[in-house]
Amino acid sequence: MPERGYSRREFLAGVGGVALISRSWQEGQTRPPSPPGQPRLPGQDSLVGELMDPARAGKLRGRVTEYENDPFVVGIEEKLRCTCGCNLSVYTCRTTDFTCETSPAMHRRVVELVEQKKSAQEILDAFVAQYGESVLMAPPRAGFNLAGYLVPGILITLVGGALALVIIRQTRARAVTAAAKRGRGGPDGPAGLGEPDLSSTLPPDEQARIKAELEKLGI
Amino acid sequence: MTILGQISLWLALLVAAWGSVTGVLGGSRRRPELIQSARRTTYALLGLLTVASASLLTALLRHDFNVAYVAQYTSRNLPAVYTIAAFYGGQSGSLLFWAFVLSLFAAAAQWLTPRRYETLMPYVSAVTSAVTFFFVAVMVFASNPFERLPFTPPDGNGLNPQLQNPGMVVHPPMLYLGYISITIPFAFAMAALISRRLDTGWLHAIRRWTLLSWTFLSIGITLGMWWAYVELGWGGYWAWDPVENASFLPWLTMTAFLHSVMIQEKRGMLKKWNMSLITLSFMLSIFGTFITRSGIISSVHSFTQSHVGYFFLGFLGLTAIALGWLLWTRMPGLQTEAQLESALSREASFYFNNLLFVGMAFSVFWGTIFPILSEWVRGTKVTVGPPFFNQVNIPIGLALLALTGVGPLIAWRKASPQNLKRQFAVPVAAGLVTAAFLAAIRYGDFYAGMAASLAAFVVTTVAQEFWRGTSARHRLHGENYALAFARLVGRNRRRYGGYIVHLGIVTYLVAFSGMAFKQEMEASLRPGQSTSMRSPYGHTYTFTHLGVSQYERLNRFVTAASVDVSRDGKRIGVMSSEKRQYVDSFNRPTFNPATEAAIRSDLREDIYIVFAGSVAGTEEAVYRFTLNPLVWWVWFGGVVLVFGGVIVMWPGAGPTRASLRRALPGYAVTLAPFQRGPTDRPVERPARVGTGLAAGDRDA
Repeated sequence: MPERGYSRREFLAGVGGVALISRSWQEGQTRPPSPPGQPRLPGQDSLVGELMDPARAGKLRGRVTEYENDPFVVGIEEKLRCTCGCNLSVYTCRTTDFTCETSPAMHRRVVELVEQKKSAQEILDAFVAQYGESVLMAPPRAGFNLAGYLVPGILITLVGGALALVIIRQTRARAVTAAAKRGRGGPDGPAGLGEPDLSSTLPPDEQARIKAELEKLGI
Repeated sequence: MTILGQISLWLALLVAAWGSVTGVLGGSRRRPELIQSARRTTYALLGLLTVASASLLTALLRHDFNVAYVAQYTSRNLPAVYTIAAFYGGQSGSLLFWAFVLSLFAAAAQWLTPRRYETLMPYVSAVTSAVTFFFVAVMVFASNPFERLPFTPPDGNGLNPQLQNPGMVVHPPMLYLGYISITIPFAFAMAALISRRLDTGWLHAIRRWTLLSWTFLSIGITLGMWWAYVELGWGGYWAWDPVENASFLPWLTMTAFLHSVMIQEKRGMLKKWNMSLITLSFMLSIFGTFITRSGIISSVHSFTQSHVGYFFLGFLGLTAIALGWLLWTRMPGLQTEAQLESALSREASFYFNNLLFVGMAFSVFWGTIFPILSEWVRGTKVTVGPPFFNQVNIPIGLALLALTGVGPLIAWRKASPQNLKRQFAVPVAAGLVTAAFLAAIRYGDFYAGMAASLAAFVVTTVAQEFWRGTSARHRLHGENYALAFARLVGRNRRRYGGYIVHLGIVTYLVAFSGMAFKQEMEASLRPGQSTSMRSPYGHTYTFTHLGVSQYERLNRFVTAASVDVSRDGKRIGVMSSEKRQYVDSFNRPTFNPATEAAIRSDLREDIYIVFAGSVAGTEEAVYRFTLNPLVWWVWFGGVVLVFGGVIVMWPGAGPTRASLRRALPGYAVTLAPFQRGPTDRPVERPARVGTGLAAGDRDA
């Protein structure tokens, strides 16, 4: 098998690559140890590197526990408002605003109550007792809050009903007037408004043709 | 340079006051010199506010940190594009931007409006000058963009990181353009009321303005959703935040107006209603600003809160009183010219469509202000969040979706059984087949299933309309199908552009329903470690943490966490989410670190990854993984919606110069006695007798 020679470009690339690897290894060796106050976690081994500047990586986090993804916990947290003023639910805030100190604390409180085997309603009640009704993402359906839920629907239904009545009344009145005018042989409605009375002026076949054309046009 | 801006603002205040007075006096007393003066006032305001805006922009670009606004919202190392965007990124700058754009629109309205509406124009300039006066007064007396500091800081605070996003360069101006341009239709409505010219003239004059305003609002809202999605990092695009609601409210009333105005044009009905809708839209645009500025309700837009909100409340009150008085005194001229003939008619369907649009606007408004009401009535503050809004608005939205299919196909005046059968047999069948199919595959969410079934119904109605129109042209004119389709749309832009808008709405609603199937999970991963999650489509996604790197970039220090993503074992690629610590030119942190999500979109779903933080300062990272179905279609729906809007408002061909020249010499025109037919809109007297053209032709 013929021996393959290296070109100058390949040789230089190889030397450069070795130099880069060597340098990055040296940098890894000289990297400072964990900053004070950053204890190593159990299970943290040498495969996990440390950040150059942890202070600029945002708030440091703990490992995700089973409760963070527990649908029961998440369901409760979605009904609770974070009290930091962000207007988000505890779940959304703690998984979005990673600088917030309030939502993680509220999450811990939820987990505590879950561990005490409290039901979802009991947990919500505990938060309402502590923070007031405003801690709920939607007001409870009782008392004055019912107005919040029902007024739009009632108004739309009432106005819709009234509108339907007006339409029915108008169309009936119009039909009666039109019938009366047809009886007198007069035009249908004032100043030509409304459908012209074709029967008084046109032969039947022409009426049928015009009606068919109007139907086609959707008029 | 800022002294020039300051002087310009004061002069603008005086000129606007003069324009308001001369407009009303000139119009009511028919004094040509006052009318001319009011007209020139709008151009003078444009000049003065251009100078003021140029002064602020110059101060921003020159980093004149002695100006409080410049120091508060920019820094030396802020990229130029965001330095310019800072013009409207803060309160007083956005007020100046508002006043400047309003003066531009007011001048354009004066310049472009045909002469046949000249009796309205003095009042139009009076109203636009009065609104400009209000904004300039707020700047001069409460929130001056040219206010100076007693010292000059070496660097500024910089712009809020959430605003340093391409979406924020275009989202606020688009929304502002939407809000501001509503002032022009409002001014015409007020002018019609004041001058008692309550025919359809003012409606024709504002048709393009309302469409323009609606299109800008649509673009602004869609870009706002996009910004929230890519920048806020919570994995959604609409949270029923009070400020989001405030932008949605005028959009709803404007959409209602765009439908109801057709009834007034065709049948002379709904005059009071249309007048009220356009005024309500204007007031809601001011209400949006009040909500944003006052801080009366907590919102993610809290960076703009201040005491000036109450100026807006006062202005709203004055506008409501003026409108109430004008409507009351002009009631006889606003009587309807016709009555409904049948409950099964397009008019009736538009009545209900308007009821639902305004009902939805009311429910959003009600939910937005309910916390304040509760505090007043019970002394207890409550939170009204997405669960409330979804519960109340989703049924209304579905009813509106159904009417989107019914309205365009049902006949004007009275639909016969044959008409109904012919128009709706196929679309109803399509909707039912879709519903049956979704039930058979046990589609998980009732509302999402309803949305998909109704979407099938509406899309079929639109497709049927396009098909019938195109095939009719193909038959009648012998055009090939592509040409027939293009000409069909080109020659009936209002109708077919409207259908395209409907397709955009359908796309939106179906895409929104995809969020019912959103999947989320959190995980902490060490480099090389993987986690998996299953998507609603049954795919298994595997995320492998590659590591965390830190580096400097422009005006920030970046910590990037990277993940290798594969779907069903097939590698998709590497996605990186970042923590960005913004710094000033002295390398000092300016704000809390901001999070940049990593997003990969396809037609089915988005992979949305957020780097939540490092575990104890190591490369072990906490992630939130989200799979969001159908998000791509939200943006596509926005594009379709705006495309349809542009088609509707695209100027008509109108008469050519050649045809005008041909018509002029030697042609006598006999005006036939005018008789109003059942579907005629009132025809105005030709402005130029001798051209052979009716005055309304250019507008049609």
